[in-house]
Amino acid sequence: MTKQLTAVLGTGQTHHRAKRADVSMPGLLREAIDRAMADAQVGWADIDAVVLGKAPDLFEGVMMPELFLADSLGATGKPLLRVHTAGSVGGSTALVAASLVQSGVHRRVLTVAYEKQSESNAMWGLSILPPFQMPVGAGAGGYFAPHVRSYIRRSGAPEHIGAIVAAKDRRNGALNPYAHLRQPDITVEAVRKSQMLWDPIRYDETCPSSDGACAMVLGDEAAGDAVDGGAAWIHATAMRTEPTTFAGRDQVNPRAGRDAAAALWAEAGITDPMSEVDVAEIYVPFSWFEPMWLENLGFAPEGEGWKVTEKGETAIGGRLPCNPSGGVLSSNPIGASGMLRFSEAAKQVMGRAGDYQVDGARVALGHAYGGGSQYFSMWVVGSEKPS
Amino acid sequence: MPDVAIAGFAKAPNVRETPGTTNGVEMLVPIFAEVFAQTGLSKQDIGFWCSGSSDYLAGRAFSFIAAVDAIGAFPPIHESHVEMDAAWALYEAWLKIKMGEVETALVYGFGKSSAGQLRRVLALQLDPYVVTPLWPDSVSIAGIQARMGLEAGLWSEKDLAGVAARGTGKDVAELLDAPYFADPLRKHDIAPITDGAAVVVLSTVERAHDIVERPAVITGIEHRVDSPVLGARDLTRSPSTEAAGNALDLDGVDLAELHAPFTHQELILRTALGLDPSVKINPSGGALAANPMFSAGLARIGEAATRIHRGESRKAVAHATSGPVLQQNLVTVLEAR
Amino acid sequence: MTETPLAAPLNVGFDYTRSTGPVLGRFVNALREHRIEGIRGSDGRVHVPPVEYDPVTAEQLSEFVPVSEEGTVVSWSWCPQPLDGQPLSRPFAWALVRLDGADTAMLHAVDAGAPENIHSGQRVRVRWADDAVGHIRDIAYFLPVDAEDTTPTEPAPPVAEREEGAPVSVIITPVHLRYQHSASPEESRYLRGLAEGKLIGQRCPACGKVYIPPRGACPTDGVPTTDEVELPDTGIVTTFCIVNVPFLGQRIKPPYVAAYILLDGADIAFLHLVLGCDAQDVRMGLRVRAAWKPREEWWTSLENINHFEPTGEPDAAYETFAHHL
Repeated sequence: MTKQLTAVLGTGQTHHRAKRADVSMPGLLREAIDRAMADAQVGWADIDAVVLGKAPDLFEGVMMPELFLADSLGATGKPLLRVHTAGSVGGSTALVAASLVQSGVHRRVLTVAYEKQSESNAMWGLSILPPFQMPVGAGAGGYFAPHVRSYIRRSGAPEHIGAIVAAKDRRNGALNPYAHLRQPDITVEAVRKSQMLWDPIRYDETCPSSDGACAMVLGDEAAGDAVDGGAAWIHATAMRTEPTTFAGRDQVNPRAGRDAAAALWAEAGITDPMSEVDVAEIYVPFSWFEPMWLENLGFAPEGEGWKVTEKGETAIGGRLPCNPSGGVLSSNPIGASGMLRFSEAAKQVMGRAGDYQVDGARVALGHAYGGGSQYFSMWVVGSEKPS
Repeated sequence: MPDVAIAGFAKAPNVRETPGTTNGVEMLVPIFAEVFAQTGLSKQDIGFWCSGSSDYLAGRAFSFIAAVDAIGAFPPIHESHVEMDAAWALYEAWLKIKMGEVETALVYGFGKSSAGQLRRVLALQLDPYVVTPLWPDSVSIAGIQARMGLEAGLWSEKDLAGVAARGTGKDVAELLDAPYFADPLRKHDIAPITDGAAVVVLSTVERAHDIVERPAVITGIEHRVDSPVLGARDLTRSPSTEAAGNALDLDGVDLAELHAPFTHQELILRTALGLDPSVKINPSGGALAANPMFSAGLARIGEAATRIHRGESRKAVAHATSGPVLQQNLVTVLEAR
Repeated sequence: MTETPLAAPLNVGFDYTRSTGPVLGRFVNALREHRIEGIRGSDGRVHVPPVEYDPVTAEQLSEFVPVSEEGTVVSWSWCPQPLDGQPLSRPFAWALVRLDGADTAMLHAVDAGAPENIHSGQRVRVRWADDAVGHIRDIAYFLPVDAEDTTPTEPAPPVAEREEGAPVSVIITPVHLRYQHSASPEESRYLRGLAEGKLIGQRCPACGKVYIPPRGACPTDGVPTTDEVELPDTGIVTTFCIVNVPFLGQRIKPPYVAAYILLDGADIAFLHLVLGCDAQDVRMGLRVRAAWKPREEWWTSLENINHFEPTGEPDAAYETFAHHL
């Protein structure tokens, strides 16, 4: 039994900023939705269902926001779902939306993910301590920094690798009109001099906290065939979960990520990801996750991801451009970041990535992870239908 | 597209207050074991896991993550989560089987409402700009809805007591003697605070026949949502339930499990689905007997499926609701095959 | 072994700052001036409060319509025991009120005094807050049209700073919730052990791994970890970071070392502090020992260990803990 062919018909996103003080939450969402529907050339009557994704409700202090948002999402009278899988949610939301078309249940689905985290404070939201706990945690950076240290030790990577990623992603961000941080002149040296926040992670190697939203319209084969300039066809999808901590868990190269990637490449018919994938939008909130995910995803053997980065292969023009959009290091509305990766991958194979378009991109990876590196969702999209 | 059936169901004891934690593990571990024993499956046989829960019952962000401990999720699993009643997690799992991605799925929901003040917390489901800052509680809003129907002659206090009497075995006059809790609602009109959890096993129909003698086949499943603006829609009806029901074949339904946390809402739902008096309503007791938030809707589906498994029903409808005064509704038809 | 699990309050609160956008911004600015504006929907209905996006067409709305501060009760319910934060602290009625000129009703409170004093169809009027700041609570509550103003209204919610003369564009909604958090039975035994200066881990009967802190179920097997193992308070640092950054909600002053401590005999590390040496001297594999707080400060928490400090012994070989990273 095969899945129905499904395509990305159009995408849209907001201008991501530390504080979008000019809009309400519905306004923020509609900025992305209206752009996506225009990009997909659809109207409300064409949308059969809506799938909303966002990270913890506590960030905005609204319980189950799909309820109060129903009218602004154009979902009133229609099926509406809200997915929540921590930081990977933007990706898993896209997968749930895709499943509505792949199962033959709907023809066209609107999916949107957002975070308006300036309504509270993301570090506060991530650091709420239940009683009896030892207050050691220092937000997401404090959580991941020890594991970054483990990667550096395990791989023997030189200490400037993270800075290469940060400088690259921020310069890419400067090519992206929607990016929050746009630093066209940032250098590796400047990053290496920036303040150490959670040693070994420095200030300039750290994602911002952003308000933002991302939306996509997905459609069936007939809808995909009608897309001007060609749709982005979904070739493969995968998601895997493992517990946050368990005895002997590999925190650096989690098995859930490896298993998801293996399933993904198998479904896509890809045996040599480095050669067969033209561009990758991967979830890198702290610079060192680029080499770590290159290994986890199978683009490089274990311990050698940093060499790919060091050689410049992940820059635009390199062998595997990673995060030409600027990635999570340039914009991080937590609930939306995963969907941004998925939609930026789609834009690449649709030729709609503007100044950061990778020439000849025909196969692209969108990747997201969440929680304590335990939730992974990813997809492969292509400019041609899967064979 | 393969048809999907319900092959197993288990629920945690419905209690006023569980000694367990808000991450649900203590309630889930025994019922996972129970449903595996019931179906003969083990965790390795499950193709997809999906859960429903809410951080706002726990008071913590990411509270659903610790629940995954109850699964033993290693080797890694194919898993997802909705911040909604697990009935919608069942919908997500149904899609996965329907599209041929997996053959079996396990869906679970849990919630410890007793940890917080539920009817106050639910004010956070409302418009954050112009309604939530007034902190309207869920009982008061439901009371407004109940009065609208009373004053329109759609139902009487006696009708409401009749719904409650069916579950309690008390008589209507006795129930009407009780004082108001939140005029026009009496205590018996309102679902109790319940901590609980539920789990449902889904599979392809073909696989289900290996697991249970009479699988409950999902012959239809639909859900819709209404506008959140309380003062802009007719609260005495449930348009989203009507729309979902209209997209289904409800002819010949002999049993209905309706997720109605208030007596008047059961009457609204019966009308919305066009259920005639011959349909057996809520043999499980429904939400008025026990309302474990985030698994109560899933439990309606599980309870209906169980009656089909036991041969007590040939065609059942199960319903789940989310949000204030029946804002969002899911309806599914289950048939014996 | 059947002691009741430990429980303690968990209070979660934040004063959320919500930017209103143009439509709600106009609405709340009017409230500050004791005016009420609705918005016309695609079907001609005037919505009060205004909605940004039409419930029927989803289109953005923009035609504002002034409405009266008097209206009619559409329906109501009685609230005999008001909850924290509700518009009144004495019993009152919740009601849907349709203001004259509006086609939709708004949810608010009516200070009727007793349920006998309110009925559907009754005429009511706005009781403006003594201190209107640009917030839905500038409407403090409603009163029967002919009633005198009742006692002073609740204080205004917090107000966001804005430039002199600028309109209100942010509303602040404090959301403070109280929960009773309980630890699992396994965690409770571990915490009670800590209160006595003991480190109690738990072994999973299926995989045999020793967990500390314990879990409700072994994360890889899904079964309760019921076999207790007392562990020494010595071990090694597997990996760590040096926290330099201050943040909202932080309890320890930076810089400090947050390290994963693998106790001797445990199969999983937990996060704690390493002090008693220069942060730069902390290494992966460093042997450490717990430095406990004075006994009189002990309670049911890992905080009884103030920090871990180097023992001076040779570091553990990388190979011995590499699989814990």
